[in-house]
Amino acid sequence: MLQTYSYPEFPYVQPPEQASGQLVRKTAVVVGAGPIGLTTALDFASRGIPVVVLDDNNTVSIGSRAVCYAKRPLEVWDRLGCADRMVDKGVSWKIGKVFRDEEQVYQFDLLPEADHKYPAFINLQQYYLEEYLLDRAKDFGDLIDIRWKNKVVSLKNNADHVRLSIETPDGIYDMEADWMVACDGAKSDIRSMIGAEFTGQFFQDRFLIADVVMKADFPAERWFWFNPPFHRNQSVLLHMEADNVWRIDFQLGWDCDPDEEKKPEKVIPRLKAMLGEDAEFELEWVSVYQFACRRMKSFRFGRLFFAGDAAHQVSPFGARGANTGVQDSDNLGWKLKLVIDGLAPDSLLDSYNAERIYAADDNLKNSTRSTDFISPKSPVSKAFRDAVLDLANRHSFARPLVNSGRLSSPTPYAVSPLNTPDSDSFAGKMLPGTNCADAPVRVNGADGWLLNQLGDGFTALYFSADGSVPADLAALAGAPVPVKTIVVGGGLEDVKGLVTERYDGTPGTVYLIRPDQHVAARFRHFDAARFSAALNTALGKN
Amino acid sequence: MSLILTPNIPTPDDFYEKLIETHRGLTDEQSRDVNCKLVLLLANHIGDLPVLEQALAVARDGYE
Ligand SMILES: Cc1cc2nc3c(=O)[nH]c(=O)nc-3n(C[C@H](O)[C@H](O)[C@H](O)COP(=O)(O)OP(=O)(O)OC[C@H]3O[C@@H](n4cnc5c(N)ncnc54)[C@H](O)[C@@H]3O)c2cc1C
Repeated sequence: MLQTYSYPEFPYVQPPEQASGQLVRKTAVVVGAGPIGLTTALDFASRGIPVVVLDDNNTVSIGSRAVCYAKRPLEVWDRLGCADRMVDKGVSWKIGKVFRDEEQVYQFDLLPEADHKYPAFINLQQYYLEEYLLDRAKDFGDLIDIRWKNKVVSLKNNADHVRLSIETPDGIYDMEADWMVACDGAKSDIRSMIGAEFTGQFFQDRFLIADVVMKADFPAERWFWFNPPFHRNQSVLLHMEADNVWRIDFQLGWDCDPDEEKKPEKVIPRLKAMLGEDAEFELEWVSVYQFACRRMKSFRFGRLFFAGDAAHQVSPFGARGANTGVQDSDNLGWKLKLVIDGLAPDSLLDSYNAERIYAADDNLKNSTRSTDFISPKSPVSKAFRDAVLDLANRHSFARPLVNSGRLSSPTPYAVSPLNTPDSDSFAGKMLPGTNCADAPVRVNGADGWLLNQLGDGFTALYFSADGSVPADLAALAGAPVPVKTIVVGGGLEDVKGLVTERYDGTPGTVYLIRPDQHVAARFRHFDAARFSAALNTALGKN
Repeated sequence: MSLILTPNIPTPDDFYEKLIETHRGLTDEQSRDVNCKLVLLLANHIGDLPVLEQALAVARDGYE
């Protein structure tokens, strides 16, 4: 197979504790250096929490696996200082087309709204993503201690710490952690070690996933075929990646031999049928998957948290796996920091469980629905699916029923214990629990983006008629849990009027925004008592 | 609104005849396809999820 990417090999260094035989208690340990473990480590370090990352391997993701990253994770990675490189290398896209037989039945646009810093989606091989996260981690120096070839082999989850046994090429050593996050993937060893369940459904279908190197003139769009002439009775998905690599998924059905299907002599004819006999291409990576949708019952076990695929696994239609995992990290970091610093009660950490289980269920529901449409489980389910596709050709009413994957979008924390429900009325899409919409702004004469103005901590977004700010609000910048105020109509110029529009920001309106850029509360007028109560609610003090 | 379960078609025999006529000469598989399309068309026409849910429940009544 052709390599467009050379895999780095990270050096194993014997851990100092192993050499000295000392048992050391670390503040935070993350298990797994996949996209979620690395994002978690970056988030922790960005908040000043020192973190050890343990990974049993010594390189990045072998084969691409994830390709599509959505706007919200890009915003999170931007907060962590590494999104622009991903966007530069990746392929931005927003149009999806669905074909049936020879005809296009449906087209969608994922970002119908302009004026956001990040595109709806980029496509980038997972190995690049991980490489860029690792490069960013270096900027944090000793705060992030990544240990390759460190495999967690056993664990004791105590009330006030976790004790780990770790295997390295030099043998086994022990470590203690005040806090631990298991990001060790769908097959999570940590999950088995604590005997936690991972339940849901496996789909009786298989998919051949091929990354193909070729020069082709397909546009940067997501193309999905039902029953194409080159692969009858099954579906096919095509995506552009970086470096002239194309991701092609072939649905295979259940009655196939996954090992046979992976062989180039099986794969190449399938590709030729699709691309033409004369097409010039090389295989970069091939794998066969059976997909599942399942999750753990709880993502928190005292001081041990689960995030990413270890906590929840979805079928890839909708590109929800890594995208939602990153939002686990986004949710956990600030909460843990406040609890470590004694500024919030332990119950704040329970809201990680509540909010991220709510999001996981949303993702599972959407992925399951897509998979049911793509791989109908019964003859009647298939009959309905085909009827939808037939009708969609001729009648627009059926097009919204066509489900080739509902692409990842952030789940608003609609029922979070951290929200203060609206008592005033607001128009628009922002609600307590939603992630903040971006918009172009100007600050000190320089063009920028709203999300980049939000602080690492809590932010008050205040809409001022004359640039002034209530003194009580400004004073919160010096509170034990500081709230930084940014003033629309003051320091922040709403260049296109879109901040005001997207937030329905009539003069006097104030939003309380969480450190993970989600709305906690909003009021038409600032009232110190109501605002502090909302802050306490967002800190889990209720 | 709730699902109408009392007579609502002014000329029921006409409707029934057309329904059967629609399937004339079709194989079972083709008939199933036509029925699926009919369900989808009518569901869209109704467009009210609670009403559709009632219809789904009534239609399935008697099966576990
Ligand atoms: C074909 C395919 C296509 C996909 N497409 C997309 C997509 O387009 N968009 C998207 O968002 N997601 C997609 N996904 C999902 C995405 O790949 C996963 O959600 C993502 O990799 C999860 O990241 P993670 O960090 O949770 O786990 P992983 O990436 O699985 O990383 C886990 C890490 O933990 C390490 N580890 C495991 N056990 C131990 C141990 N005992 N001790 C130490 N280390 C350990 C492993 O070596 C590994 O490095 C796709 C997946 C597949 C298979």
